[in-house]
Amino acid sequence: MTALPLILTVFVACAVEAVEALTIVLASGLTREWRSTFQGMAAALVVLAVVVAVLGPTITLLPLTALRLVIGALLAIFGLQWLRKAILRATGYKALHDEASAYLREVAAAKQAPVSSRHGIGDWYAFTLSFKGVLLEGLEVVFIVITFGANQRNLGAAVIGAAAAVLVVTVTGITVRAPLARVPENAMKFAVGIMLTSFGTFWGAEGAGVAWPGNDAALLVLVPVVALVALGYTYWFRPRPGSGAEARSSEQVVSP
Amino acid sequence: MKRLKSIGAFWYDFVVGDDWRVAVVVVAALALTALLVHAAGVNAWWLLPVCVFAALGWSLRRATR
Repeated sequence: MTALPLILTVFVACAVEAVEALTIVLASGLTREWRSTFQGMAAALVVLAVVVAVLGPTITLLPLTALRLVIGALLAIFGLQWLRKAILRATGYKALHDEASAYLREVAAAKQAPVSSRHGIGDWYAFTLSFKGVLLEGLEVVFIVITFGANQRNLGAAVIGAAAAVLVVTVTGITVRAPLARVPENAMKFAVGIMLTSFGTFWGAEGAGVAWPGNDAALLVLVPVVALVALGYTYWFRPRPGSGAEARSSEQVVSP
Repeated sequence: MKRLKSIGAFWYDFVVGDDWRVAVVVVAALALTALLVHAAGVNAWWLLPVCVFAALGWSLRRATR
């Protein structure tokens, strides 16, 4: 299998999380102070890099069968979680993630917090806000980078995909100086959910001892089938006119 | 103790998410697949995808009811 699906999946997953982290960083930097915000962001990126550097090579030392079984199970569960959320958002049962309103909420909270210095950091609130935002959003990316990279025995390609996404989102964010509200986050999460579920199913079953028909080529069938099933569920579970669910879903969409 | 609990809650939410039943179905399906392959000699490659689709549908049904 080539590294392209690996790089693309990690790139899209990382871009989605980077957009969410950017919203928090912008709210912190523009409302509070840039220096402390950058310090928080840099500290979180260092922690994430250390996690990848330590866990990545350690995991690849495990036997491939055991690795595929455990990581396949985790990826399938993780992917189904993304897919479930994306389908619920697409059908209107869950509110779409709105970067503009998330930004306004963060700005309102940042304006109210008092300024205090700690451990040589000028604005502790700005530091912790940006540190937590980048770390929490980044952990999902680290999980995907390590699981995909380790299973494919190509951690470098996964890191390239993640780094490229962070670079693209950061440069765009600096240029625009506003939350990237136009990024189709749900569609991207939907696509990543399909990839994670497909690869998790493929590797998990292989780890359990299955021989897929056509070996790796089975993925070329599995990915479209997962996509079709997910699209089918999106159609099937959409609120129908006149049903009580339609009213319920519209109420949930407007809730924060 | 409180910190340990919150760390545990964070990782549970991170991996398992909103519906623990999905995780249970995936783990059970993998165990059954391994059993069929190693004990009965059946190449049950179809079992996990079927269970994954069923788990997703079941979870969505519960969420939209």
